[in-house]
Amino acid sequence: MLQQSISKLISEDQQIQYLLHLADNALILSHRNSQWCGHGPILEQDIALTNIALDQLGQARNLYQYAALLITEKTGIPTTEDQLAYLRDVGEFKNCLIAELPNGDWGQTVLRNFLMGSYQFFLYQELQQIATGQLKAIADKSIKEITYHVRWSADWVVRLGDGTTESHARMEQALELLWSYTGEMLEPSDFEQELIGTQSSYIKAAWEAKIAAVLAEANLDHPKNDWMQLGGKKGIHTEHLGYLLAEMQFLQRAYPGLEW
Amino acid sequence: MEQTTNQLQEQFQQRVDEEQKIEPRDWMPEKYRQTLIRQISQHAHSEIIGMLPEGNWITRAPSLRRKAILLAKVQDEAGHGLYLYSAAETLGISRDEMYEQLHSGKAKYSSIFNYPTLSWADMGAIGWLVDGAAILNQIPLCRPSFGPYARAMVRVCKEESFHQRQGFECLLQLSKGSEVQRQMCQDAINRWWWPSLMMFGPKDDESPNSKLSMQWKIKRFTNDELRQKFVDMIAEQIKLLGMVLPDPDLKWNEQTKHYDYGAINWEEFKQVIQGNGPCNKERLEARKKAWADGAWVRDAATAHAAKQANKKAKANSLTKETQQP
Repeated sequence: MLQQSISKLISEDQQIQYLLHLADNALILSHRNSQWCGHGPILEQDIALTNIALDQLGQARNLYQYAALLITEKTGIPTTEDQLAYLRDVGEFKNCLIAELPNGDWGQTVLRNFLMGSYQFFLYQELQQIATGQLKAIADKSIKEITYHVRWSADWVVRLGDGTTESHARMEQALELLWSYTGEMLEPSDFEQELIGTQSSYIKAAWEAKIAAVLAEANLDHPKNDWMQLGGKKGIHTEHLGYLLAEMQFLQRAYPGLEW
Repeated sequence: MEQTTNQLQEQFQQRVDEEQKIEPRDWMPEKYRQTLIRQISQHAHSEIIGMLPEGNWITRAPSLRRKAILLAKVQDEAGHGLYLYSAAETLGISRDEMYEQLHSGKAKYSSIFNYPTLSWADMGAIGWLVDGAAILNQIPLCRPSFGPYARAMVRVCKEESFHQRQGFECLLQLSKGSEVQRQMCQDAINRWWWPSLMMFGPKDDESPNSKLSMQWKIKRFTNDELRQKFVDMIAEQIKLLGMVLPDPDLKWNEQTKHYDYGAINWEEFKQVIQGNGPCNKERLEARKKAWADGAWVRDAATAHAAKQANKKAKANSLTKETQQP
């Protein structure tokens, strides 16, 4: 468990909440992508997706380290990236629900990466303009990686949407499943308002245009359902996150306070 | 004038003896080709199957730094598999054929990967012992007579020696940790030590493929020579960890200037190779499942590429038509 004063700070400080939100998105998506390592459909693509998982893990670490630094400064209690990743429970994670859903098949995995990656791309592009200091530096570094993630995943969405009858049907199904989780990314929560609030409608429009273009190229119908699942940013998650954290945090929970 | 097979054979052996590289388009004895395909593909399969026991801990790594190291390491193994499959392809076998041989059980892979990874310390033990043994086996392979294999192995060896240092560092951290961590460390060493010794293959007098491979400079040292080197190296390094090797007969021999070690359980080795190791079935099933589950993905990629090529061809022919007078 995190010390109480740290938990309290996290629940009140919007800047730290925002950093944790970005970090949690990156870490949870990385975790899901890393589950493919050794099980991909094509060796080259196994390597590519593991590489993406590594990039996302690196982004998460930069953000957690920055948040840990701020927490240390504000509470006087030395705090580390690992405490933030390994000692918070489900209700304290602020990632979007779409990141924590199980991988499903390869189609669902690449589609999730495309939907999230495109959002991250426009978001980080804005952060490059409006953020300062460490966060700007993190955005500058991340955008290069995310640009590749979007290109790679969009290529796969097109390939599978257009490929065979079976792949097309699988992509339709994946889109149907994931679509209602996309709205949460584009709906700014309280802690996002200050930094990115005014840019959110631009990010939303840019994201929608990108998605529409790629879906059209992939011969996939744009989903009509506009009911969106929300909650992740407020700590109200799907049932899946508990299992993910139980696995990820196992050693830190079973043997507290050790160096590894 | 056409050269006889005998002349070709002589020239070939002469080039090998002069340490010249044999390249894919050069003449080579059929048995040399087959031996290399067997050895390189077996090595490639070992890299790919080897991703599984370590992949088992990616989602449970105890810190973000360790997670990044492990993820990168397992990805390196995939990369090694890729270069090695490509090197084997230059000998006239396709990657799909090699997969087929792996999935049907015809092709072997290193038996070490049929052991389970039960604790975090196994990640360190695999890096230190298994990659350590692999390096000793592989360094001489950076200069085998076959060019593509030699070039692939130069990269593989660089990365493997990095992995070995990472593995040792992981155990060193545990060895300096709590009592539970030290126990974890010793337990992992106990379980991986003997299987690591078996990685060098059967004893020299029982190794069927060795002699010809030495003559062709595909192999440079015998199994027992390499195994001894490994024992001598590890018996020294383990002192830094403050741990012990699980062998009561391990002892420095002043006369031979080597460590003596106890008898290896070759029956266990034989059983694991024959498919009776603790994880043989799981490992192979995991690979077969990945391949079967990926079939629709590969089919779709091929279909899409064909459609794109068609479109391009049509566009080209239209351009040509419009260009005609």
